[in-house]
Amino acid sequence: MSFTLASLAQKALNQRLSPDEALYLYKNAELTTLGSLAHARRMSLHPAPIVTYIIDRNINYTNICISGCKFCAYYSAASAETEVNARQKPFLLSRKELAQKIQKTLDLKGRQILLQGGLHPDLPLEYYEDMLSFIKHEFPEIHCHAFSPPEIVHFARLSGLEIKTVLQRLISAGLDSIPGGGAEILVNRVRERIAPRKATAEEWLNVMETAHNLGLKTTATMMFGHIETLEERIEHLRVIRNLQDRTHGFTAFIPWPFQPQNTAIDVQPATADEYLRTLAVSRLFLDNIPNIQASWVTQGPKMAQISLFFGANDFGSTMIEENVVAAAGVSHRLSEEEIRRLIQNAGFEPRRRRMDYTLL
Amino acid sequence: MKQAGLFDIYEKIEARERLSAEDAERLYASRFLPLIGWLATLVRERINGKKTWYIYNQHINYSNICTNLCKFCAFGKEKGAPLAYEMSIEEIVSRIRERKSEPITEVHIVGGLHPNLPYDYYIEMLKAIKRERPEIHIQAFTCVEIAHIAGIGGKSIEDTLTDLVNAGLGSIPGGGAEVFSSRIRERLCPSKLPGKDWIHIARTAHKMGIHTNATMLYGHIETIQERIEHLIALREAQDETKGFLCFIPLAFHSKNTQLEGISQTDGVDDLKTIAISRLMLDNFPHIKAYWVMLGQKVAQIALSFGADDLDGTILEEKITHMAGAETSQAMSRTEIQRLIRNAGFEPQERDTLYNPV
Repeated sequence: MSFTLASLAQKALNQRLSPDEALYLYKNAELTTLGSLAHARRMSLHPAPIVTYIIDRNINYTNICISGCKFCAYYSAASAETEVNARQKPFLLSRKELAQKIQKTLDLKGRQILLQGGLHPDLPLEYYEDMLSFIKHEFPEIHCHAFSPPEIVHFARLSGLEIKTVLQRLISAGLDSIPGGGAEILVNRVRERIAPRKATAEEWLNVMETAHNLGLKTTATMMFGHIETLEERIEHLRVIRNLQDRTHGFTAFIPWPFQPQNTAIDVQPATADEYLRTLAVSRLFLDNIPNIQASWVTQGPKMAQISLFFGANDFGSTMIEENVVAAAGVSHRLSEEEIRRLIQNAGFEPRRRRMDYTLL
Repeated sequence: MKQAGLFDIYEKIEARERLSAEDAERLYASRFLPLIGWLATLVRERINGKKTWYIYNQHINYSNICTNLCKFCAFGKEKGAPLAYEMSIEEIVSRIRERKSEPITEVHIVGGLHPNLPYDYYIEMLKAIKRERPEIHIQAFTCVEIAHIAGIGGKSIEDTLTDLVNAGLGSIPGGGAEVFSSRIRERLCPSKLPGKDWIHIARTAHKMGIHTNATMLYGHIETIQERIEHLIALREAQDETKGFLCFIPLAFHSKNTQLEGISQTDGVDDLKTIAISRLMLDNFPHIKAYWVMLGQKVAQIALSFGADDLDGTILEEKITHMAGAETSQAMSRTEIQRLIRNAGFEPQERDTLYNPV
């Protein structure tokens, strides 16, 4: 196949790119050309010069996890027989701790929590239902953005129920939307090597499709820069775009580079150039996903601001607490005020949003 | 480009016409960030191709005792203050000796304006380093220090420079330029050498065949216009002497300074400043993204915004780190090469005068 940069650049502005074309652009376009194209595409999707963000809290209900993914520095091995990761002390949040964290979120004007945890070996589905009911009862105004697809798959395995049934029961208990975590790279060759016990690519996609069909909105993520090839990175984008064509349930895409410190994968972290290229190609390729999030958590405030000109139109969340990336030795903190300042200084209007990207 | 309203600037760049202050203001005001980088890359590639330079150097900050105590500085201390220090010639030599097995090509020396170290201290420092490591290039003493040393010795700038060169001085670093505007200097560093005098010393050095660098400390209280005036003053001096090798925009870090509370510079501002410097300073061979101040990530992206130099494997750098820079103290040669290659450029190790090593 032969392309020219000029014809592809033209195409990238308003037509769908094939995986080969996206790969060609990633490899051959100058960074600033990719940025210009991605920014033009972003501005045509969102003509108003607005950059959104959300105030929410990232709550991890447990770090006990049977998945034992090689890229993870956060989990605590579930059983005593294999203390794979002895750095982390196991915990399971009590109701009281959970309530305190949510109250703090409300005090900071947050109306959403992002609730995720490890794959706990023996908590029943009722435990998670009760957790959601408790939250909704105590804090009816809180939006529960909870349980990434690997958690849902895990709940289904433990309970012996269908994905759809699990989701329906969680929705009844108060689940409002699903975060896009655990996608890593949606190619089974990669998953078998870095996360063999985690949901497969098909299982991840199936949870999202089922959720979308039940009316839930979700996000999608990509953790790149470990053992995957560039082709596999684009394949990840392709399967997400295909599903989105059918369901239109993804609100946003969030790519972030793997942070190798304290993990079992020995690679150099993706550079800033790779991050911006991946972000820009994501914006160009995922023509049916409305929003692309910058990752200040992994890239820091300066790069996150620069990302607003390489395809990102959303600054993500204030987080309030972040544990998983911090366990891999990368710790940035940003207040709402700083997020707003960074957005304003870049020439955009900062606006708070909900999970579904409606403005507050 | 037309949509961005920068087509006339693009045409000027293509025609190798000089950009005006007004062009620079428009670029600063533009929201098309990647396009500004793309424009700067036209000039970068014309001068440096895909090459990105770095140097294996050793930093020595001989003393932080300083009579100037500029408000933006976290490094300078009054004599007798708890953190004040000064290094003896023996200490400096032992630092050089400790690292003699490493392929260091440059010793980079900057310090405060010490009230009572004698003229001979500076001369002897250079001689002693040269005795210990004769092949090494010494880039030492900003124009501000040169003026101070001349004052201590009661000598003219020319005579002082002659003495320093005879003792081993190879070239002069670009510090102390800050922002030339007298409004800024009166407010932030009233005791410091005025901008005009800084340029005068650089020109004097150039005329004697000594190369120097130039810097700009941005991101404190200066206006965009003051930054542009600073660039134009440097461009005019360079037209006359051609003695500047490199321009280094320095992102202000406020921690532990009297200006504490001023936010870190924005990533967008860092990139625009690199790019606009590249475009305005069309007669400067090199623009440096000083990774110690920008962070490795922004410094790498700066290579696509006009920068062609990442500085180097800096050891024992104290000035920025006392102001809270969170970058590590040194980046290995392998890591620098990886950052450069990964961004699509060719790493080229250099000596101080930009000869390939």
